[in-house]
Amino acid sequence: MSTMWAATPSEQLMRMATRAAGRRRSATRRRLPLYIGLAMLVLAVAAAVLAPVLVSQSPTTIDVLHPLAPPLTPGHALGTDQFGRDVLARILYGARIDLAIAFGATIVTLVGGTIIGLVAGYLGGRIDSVLMRLVDLFFAFPFLVLIIAIVAMLGPSILNMFVAIWITSWVAYARIMRAQAVVAKRQQYVLAARALGYGRLRIMFRHILPNTASAVIIFSMVDAVGNIILAASLGFLGLGAQPPSPEWGTMISEGQNYLLTSWWLATMPGLAVVFVGIAFSLVGDGLADLLRTGER
Amino acid sequence: MAAGGPLLTVRDLRSYLSTRHGVVRAVDGVSFTLGEAEVLGIVGESGSGKSATCRSIVGLMPASTAHVSGEVIYHPHGGRNILTARQPELQALRGAQLAMIFQDSMTALNPVLTVGDQLLEAVNAHASLTRAQARSQAIGLLERVGIPAPARRMRDYPFQFSGGMLQRAVIAIALASSPRLLLADEPTTSLDVIIQDQILSLLLELQEDTGMSMILVSHDLAVISEVCDRIIVMYAGQVVEEGRAADVITHPAHPYTQALLDALPQAGERGLLRSIPGSPPSLIDVPDGCRFAERCPHVLGKCRTWDTELLETSGLTGTSGLTGSGGRIETGGPGQLARCWRHDEVRRPQA
Repeated sequence: MSTMWAATPSEQLMRMATRAAGRRRSATRRRLPLYIGLAMLVLAVAAAVLAPVLVSQSPTTIDVLHPLAPPLTPGHALGTDQFGRDVLARILYGARIDLAIAFGATIVTLVGGTIIGLVAGYLGGRIDSVLMRLVDLFFAFPFLVLIIAIVAMLGPSILNMFVAIWITSWVAYARIMRAQAVVAKRQQYVLAARALGYGRLRIMFRHILPNTASAVIIFSMVDAVGNIILAASLGFLGLGAQPPSPEWGTMISEGQNYLLTSWWLATMPGLAVVFVGIAFSLVGDGLADLLRTGER
Repeated sequence: MAAGGPLLTVRDLRSYLSTRHGVVRAVDGVSFTLGEAEVLGIVGESGSGKSATCRSIVGLMPASTAHVSGEVIYHPHGGRNILTARQPELQALRGAQLAMIFQDSMTALNPVLTVGDQLLEAVNAHASLTRAQARSQAIGLLERVGIPAPARRMRDYPFQFSGGMLQRAVIAIALASSPRLLLADEPTTSLDVIIQDQILSLLLELQEDTGMSMILVSHDLAVISEVCDRIIVMYAGQVVEEGRAADVITHPAHPYTQALLDALPQAGERGLLRSIPGSPPSLIDVPDGCRFAERCPHVLGKCRTWDTELLETSGLTGTSGLTGSGGRIETGGPGQLARCWRHDEVRRPQA
């Protein structure tokens, strides 16, 4: 039998192992989306932070002599808007607002929702029922309508937009985390921890959370994209950042009147939204991949 | 082996689980007493209520679905029932006084923390030590359970341990605060025979060194008979036989115990494997009378109607050779009990 094989079994094994090793080396290639996404995010953050260095114009200075200048006009790489404000400057300064929304709104809801879901899932019983009915209540409303109602009630401003997102967006995290906690609390390592007499807080935050956090972290990346689009939508509806401030959604909203004559007013900030959205999506996707292969 | 007073008394322990299909009587009136420094074995098939008994004692049944009643008295803690104790009181007992190890060592540790971290956590849980003290105690524990190069292995994650080594680490964690009672729920089931033997002898050695009591749960009569002073045989949530290990193994008084012993494959004997015909009754619609009646070769009409209870069997202890040298000294507890009204006719001199 063995003469039929060109190579001895050990050589065959060696070849298989070598091939597997080659595949492992290409792990870097598999993480490419993550790296590209992170690079794009870093770029966006850098642009926001370095805005005064990158452009000399202020985003709010009106220049009535040069309104609606097309892109590539000297001194105005992306043109000017109807008041002669530099579009590039507005996009770069606008990144500060929109990224702050992406991070600020998302981190608060991520942390809050995760804690609520963890507590509900682990403790169960009445606490769980009450918290989850509350979540159901939020899910029952159309999300955007709820946010618009809250912002309209509090008065349109960036801070109130944050508050509206904080009030409504934690529910998704709570539900995801609760499902994870319910599964985890039946795991043997949790039973073992309880058998060792550890307190509930210790079990929840030291034993369950690190084992289950990947799902909410990945979701938060998707949610960050959603929050940017939400901020843009609210700005577009006039409920977010108010006109002089260079928020992307507000810019798109203002630019729509000139869409046929001066397309760059709405298109350029739109591309900025797309850029950041893709960046977060890639990071979320890459993280999901990374954390999944890291599992047992 | 020092015989002392009782350490743990369990009286009429019941653990009913509410499920979608009805109420499952996982544990249905289990009573026993465990002496100081005694090793008690609980045997039975899967689903006979062995694990549920242990988990009920430690209060680890799921609170939302399980209804636990009866009495569990841990004597060093006073005469109170710990089943009704409040959470902080129970937490102080667990780990410090009562420890439990689980069946599957591969999942008994938190996968994202190093073994050392988890061991240190257990060491610190019920004592206030300095970092250096805790660390040296942790390393000492790993060494004690036979893990080579303990200081280096502290930094490893659970997945870097083999099954046997992991079970050793789990035992080290359970023993971190020198409990007086160790509940071992099938500690060797997921391990191969060689490792099984090593872990069992390690457990016994530790038990003898520390003088703690131990409840060893297993479905393997061979394992149980090797290490236990006394045996409880469970069937369908009830104790069907209880007695000193040697008595139960050599003179089983309940047909179920006999069937279990008959089912043990004999070394050097080729042929058909014997099993017990039929399957255990549903724990939801529990039949009246003896729960083993459906599968019992000795069944009579009365078996299906009598109000079962554990009956004392006439003592054969004098002839069992137990009183001779090498036998373990009986610690508390009655003689041999069986939940069979025909135990005297059923009992065979040699199984």
